[in-house]
Amino acid sequence: MKTPPLQRRTLALIAVLLPMLALFVYVALRSGPLAPIAVVVASVEDRAIAPALFGIGTVDARYTYKIGPTFAGRVRRLDVHVGDHVKAGQVLGEMDPVDLDDRIRGQEAALLSAQAQLREAHARQAYARSQAKRYEELGVGRYVSQEMVAGKRQELQVADAGLSTATQQIVRARAEGQALTSQRSNLLLVAGVDGIVAMRNADPGTTVVAGQSVVELIDPDTLWINTRFDQVSAHGLKPGLPVRIVLRSQAGTDLPGRVLLVEPMADAVTEEMLAKIAFDRLPAPMPSIGELAEVTVSLPEIAAHPVIPNASVQRIDGLLGVWTVRDGDLELVPVKLGATDLDGNIQVLEGVKRGDQVVTYSERALTAKSRIHVVDQLKQAR
Amino acid sequence: MISLAGRDILHAWGKFVFTGIGLGLLIGVTLTMAGVYRGMVDDAKVLLDNSRAQLWVVQKDTLGPYAEPSSIYDDAWRGIRGMNGVARAANVTYLTMQVVHASGDVRAMVTGITMDGPGTPGWPPYLVAGRQVTRGHYEAVADVTTGFKLGDSIRIRRNQYTVVGLTRRMVSSSGDPMVFIPLKDAQAAQFLKDNDAMREQRRRTAANPAFNRPGAPDLLDAMTASQSTNPYVNTVLVQVKPGYQLQDVAESIRRWKRLQVYDRTQMEAILIGKLIATSARQIGMFLVILAIVSAAIVAFIIYTLTLGKIREIAVLKLIGTKNRTIAGMILQQALALGVIGFVVGKITATLWAPIFPKYVLLVPRDSASGFVAVMVICVLASLIAIRAALKVDPAEAVGG
Repeated sequence: MKTPPLQRRTLALIAVLLPMLALFVYVALRSGPLAPIAVVVASVEDRAIAPALFGIGTVDARYTYKIGPTFAGRVRRLDVHVGDHVKAGQVLGEMDPVDLDDRIRGQEAALLSAQAQLREAHARQAYARSQAKRYEELGVGRYVSQEMVAGKRQELQVADAGLSTATQQIVRARAEGQALTSQRSNLLLVAGVDGIVAMRNADPGTTVVAGQSVVELIDPDTLWINTRFDQVSAHGLKPGLPVRIVLRSQAGTDLPGRVLLVEPMADAVTEEMLAKIAFDRLPAPMPSIGELAEVTVSLPEIAAHPVIPNASVQRIDGLLGVWTVRDGDLELVPVKLGATDLDGNIQVLEGVKRGDQVVTYSERALTAKSRIHVVDQLKQAR
Repeated sequence: MISLAGRDILHAWGKFVFTGIGLGLLIGVTLTMAGVYRGMVDDAKVLLDNSRAQLWVVQKDTLGPYAEPSSIYDDAWRGIRGMNGVARAANVTYLTMQVVHASGDVRAMVTGITMDGPGTPGWPPYLVAGRQVTRGHYEAVADVTTGFKLGDSIRIRRNQYTVVGLTRRMVSSSGDPMVFIPLKDAQAAQFLKDNDAMREQRRRTAANPAFNRPGAPDLLDAMTASQSTNPYVNTVLVQVKPGYQLQDVAESIRRWKRLQVYDRTQMEAILIGKLIATSARQIGMFLVILAIVSAAIVAFIIYTLTLGKIREIAVLKLIGTKNRTIAGMILQQALALGVIGFVVGKITATLWAPIFPKYVLLVPRDSASGFVAVMVICVLASLIAIRAALKVDPAEAVGG
């Protein structure tokens, strides 16, 4: 009668110890370095892909007109403000003429005085001519000496020269007057084209140097996006390609456009290519100059090739390849990669073919000796 | 022959098993502490492994890029790439910062990677979901421990990034998860201040008469523009062509480019020997103390268990049981206790290790040496108990 309780105790002890031991073995083999690595595999498919390029740019005006004085001076008035629409030929403002108006008045007076001098010269000449003529006649009848005749002739020549001097004086005074008037009108700040005032750099009373811009005009119809593409991923960029533009202020709204030109000069410092992107239709309201824009350029579709996800590409010991699974064994197959799209698909030119199983995701870095365990989705990704 | 130890265990198996479990939890803590130490070292090693670099080119006279700040010009890679024996050279930036997310912010090491396609040094070598970065801006691959999900929008400084891929075990040497973003964004993020600070900076520049001269109105614009560029990266990762000696390539870069170059062994020495040395020693010290305390507690438990049975032992002696049998019983019990304790300890350590915020690496070799240590401690502890048991007077069985 002593055995049954003892057996029951033994059983109970075993009931506690056995699961514990089983759990221990499970834990030792299923976690840590001894555990098989969970991987997700994908089948290689033949697929055409549509590559695209992605760049960042800023909205820019194609033409900017900086309007300012050609002389140093003070701004007298400025009639326009930022955002105003202006017409070609419209006067935007004026520089302070300082003494220019007075000089013009002086010049006008100089002109009048030159005209008076001309009249005087005319009178002198007319008198000298009649005197010369009279003495010529008296000289023929020998009523006056030859010397006197010669004297009157010389007086006529002097009066002729005086007349021509007075005539040129008028031309000079008139030209100088015109020069001052031109200078005066040069002090007006005039719009050269139709456009919008983008900047107003000085207010009335400000002294500006020659060539400094007082007002900047832009032509809103010629906005473009000055876009930069990383050189490593700018293959195939050329004018005419369709693009989608997302302005930073309008995230989620795609605006259509196209590549207008690819600049012949690349940025050597930032290793980027520069391209100008034009809007198909200018958005309203007009985007601000300098606003950030994301540009996605669609390239022509490329014929079907085996396609793998870019997550499967590995470089191990300098060899670019993918891990393929054949009968549960891992093998690193070297690949030659072709075009890629922005969704992470890469065409493989050499290495794998349709139907091959490649490892897309893995819990840890793999080696050829790794034990693997294929799952649909890694638990970390859930 | 009937096992005295087995009989005794069966007699009070509940008490025995529970003592074993209690002991196991203590051993579990000790194993976990060893795991914390290993995890810390492993964090440093995976940081180096994941970069897939053979050489790290950093600023001269620095221990960069992980242990000290290092900055070199971002076009230095071109000269390095052209050197004999260099197969690949890629710019990388590292910056540990707060990454803002809808549900709060996460401390992460933001890594700027050169956009040369998968397999470039510095890129995450494997993913657990999503895809690698394809756009040159505003995309990110994050470690799963950041808590980000695919498609999440995260903010680094001023810019929003979309999480397109998730990876695992990509951590900095201090265990912060890594977030991989394109290099140009990362360069901008390194220096980019908030809008307010930028306006302040412009205002300061404008207030400086040297930069804002009436006679040269464009100078201020030029100054402001030059203040908002960052032509630096933290390191250039280099892979060497097959057939070239690492040391030769490193030496020629050191000599001709006047930059510091570290190989994998030196980098590991810097990270483990310098960067995490103090905290690793701290954990190591704690581990030693914990091991000593555990040993003492095991010894006490076995000693108390034996003392609890002192009357029975006296009876055994009284009926003429050999000393060897009694000693064997105590030793076997101690060893059984040790085995249960170790098994429970290993299980608990494995189960709670993933819950820890930082990586806990349970190495099988640690478990094996832990097992040996537990057994040795049990044997030593049972020696004291055996001595006490053998000294007992058989008369005590009838007396008192």
